[in-house]
Amino acid sequence: MRDVLRHHLFWPVAALVALLVANTVARPSFLAVTVRDGHLFGAPIDILRTTAPLLLVALGMTLVIATRGIDLSVGAVVAVSGAVALSHIASSPNPDSPVTVLTAIALALVLCLLLGVWNGFLVSVLGIQPIIATLILMTAGRGVAMLITGGMITTVNSAPFKVLGSGFWLGLPVAAVIAFGVFAVVAFVVRRTALGMLLEATGINPAASRLSGVRSRTLTWTVYTASGLFAGLAGLLISADTMAADANNAGLFIELDAILAVVIGGTALSGGKFNLSGTLVGALVIATLERTVTVLGISPLVTPLFMALVVIAVTLLQSPRMRERLTAARRRQVMAPAEPPSTARPDSTPDSTEVKA
Amino acid sequence: MTTSAPAPGAAPTEPVAPRARARKLPARLDRRYLPVLGTFVVLALMLIVGGTRYENFLTPAVISNLFINNAHLIVLAVGMTFVILTGGIDLSVGSVLALSTVITAALLQAGLPVPVVLPLSVGAGTVIGLAHGVMIHYFQVQPFVATLAGMFLARGLCFLIAPESIAIDDPSFVALASWVQIFGEWRMTSSVLIALIVVGLGFLVLHFTRFGRTVYAIGGGEQSALLMGLPVARTKVLAYVVSGTCAGLGGLLFAMFSRSGYSLTGVAMELDAIAAVVIGGTLLTGGTGFVLGSVLGVLVLGLIQTIITFEGTLSSWWTKIVIGVLLLIFVALQRVLSLRRT
Repeated sequence: MRDVLRHHLFWPVAALVALLVANTVARPSFLAVTVRDGHLFGAPIDILRTTAPLLLVALGMTLVIATRGIDLSVGAVVAVSGAVALSHIASSPNPDSPVTVLTAIALALVLCLLLGVWNGFLVSVLGIQPIIATLILMTAGRGVAMLITGGMITTVNSAPFKVLGSGFWLGLPVAAVIAFGVFAVVAFVVRRTALGMLLEATGINPAASRLSGVRSRTLTWTVYTASGLFAGLAGLLISADTMAADANNAGLFIELDAILAVVIGGTALSGGKFNLSGTLVGALVIATLERTVTVLGISPLVTPLFMALVVIAVTLLQSPRMRERLTAARRRQVMAPAEPPSTARPDSTPDSTEVKA
Repeated sequence: MTTSAPAPGAAPTEPVAPRARARKLPARLDRRYLPVLGTFVVLALMLIVGGTRYENFLTPAVISNLFINNAHLIVLAVGMTFVILTGGIDLSVGSVLALSTVITAALLQAGLPVPVVLPLSVGAGTVIGLAHGVMIHYFQVQPFVATLAGMFLARGLCFLIAPESIAIDDPSFVALASWVQIFGEWRMTSSVLIALIVVGLGFLVLHFTRFGRTVYAIGGGEQSALLMGLPVARTKVLAYVVSGTCAGLGGLLFAMFSRSGYSLTGVAMELDAIAAVVIGGTLLTGGTGFVLGSVLGVLVLGLIQTIITFEGTLSSWWTKIVIGVLLLIFVALQRVLSLRRT
């Protein structure tokens, strides 16, 4: 039991379960999944679909945070991606042809990849603090997206593109299949090769890892590039869902939601150890929370309040001091004097933040 | 910009420890002032370019309006400077500003007198700032996350209090808001006066009090400050309290400016405040920067807006691109300066 309580995913999963229980109590049919028109249908499937873009962005964000960075520009990249793809489709004579759609997707992804390369260049080569380096693109990116769409909300009608947002494949939403597929591939590559460990080494101490032969700079550059690419993919999913490119509102605050998902998942913003399964749970918690608020009949405008409460609860429960208290209390109950101090768990030590300058 | 892999063994990109005084630079300007000087030059250039390009640009009316339209942002930037100097960040200021406008409007609508309402709406900011400080210092939550939570909390509370915009028509509040002092063609409203007082206080506190020096010391190195026996805990919490209070006060100024309270005001305003502080020459790692620099930063942002309005043909989204480019230039400048220091 104690192992379960101490597991790093315990609190995030508990939050997710609590949300699902609250939903089921409010609407008993909440968890029901039925087959309709040859594909699965129901609230859980819908949650999977709405999680997709957030999951992609949070995936890139986790990798960036692992290297002790942060990527604030993802929301702007989402807007740019949608703007590029839809502008290309809208300007082509034949919006329904798969070739047009594929070119649009390729254009958008390449541009977002380049935006990621730009962020990576600022951070890894020029050595600008990540928060500021990506703040530049965060501010300018939406302006660029506006420039591409000419300040309008571009809308298109293109059946092949629409599939990305609201199509189904093998009974599952295409968006979810793409996002979870990418997530699985990245998780596999990161955790089954040394890549994940090298990323953590870079995050824990960039100088030391460089001196021990880790190509920190290339790694840092790579994660920002990946973050840009994933944000671009998320932008395609979002714009395909609404079939509109809104430079002002597409992906607004998605960077904050993604950071929240990462934090709820137990990855510390101070870099180092990261936790992809936690990010997955975190993204699901946020998507479910948004759903819960509508199910409970609360105005969706109040959602931020609940987000804040979840974040405050989870971060406080994960904070070193609270863990100390909890272990101390538990120790007093059990009266086991020989228990090793469990506060020295690597994922909660704040030591890495002290290695400054 | 290249996409090729960096050469192995290139110079390390670790931030260098800021050194307060530049050696080997006798009788020249202290390096600490260089970024601020850069901001000043940009501001002067913008004024000159604007003045030569457009008629009626360099007039007291335009300059007065620059201050009147940005009074709330100046106050936010002063508070943000305190937090950034300690090496932290406050993402909640935009939402707290909105919360303060909504509280002001809702309480005035309920018929409470102005002397009761004003402390309450500013106090809301103070309380949120205190909560941030406690979370950050005592629970060791990263400033980014703690203030992000505060941002969501404040925004949610706004909608809980008032989903719709509330107009303010309380006569004494309107009288306070429309108080204006006219010197020739110059105009100064009550909000500009308050903003200038806040700037003055911020300057005095940072440079002439023990608290201010401790703020700089924490930004320079928290461990060292702790070992020196400085009251790190109290100062760090206070820095967030200052920022929260400034955000609350900023909300009051914005309520005076817009004569209403609306839950969606100040979206992304925290970014403007951070951009102003960075353009004003404060390092985000903490320890170096000036309140007056942040004020210059706000004026630069305001002038960009003014110039784009004067230009007329340029669309408003150019503002964002120009701010991004300016940020890039200033960050690169700071980077070069800190590299040369080694």
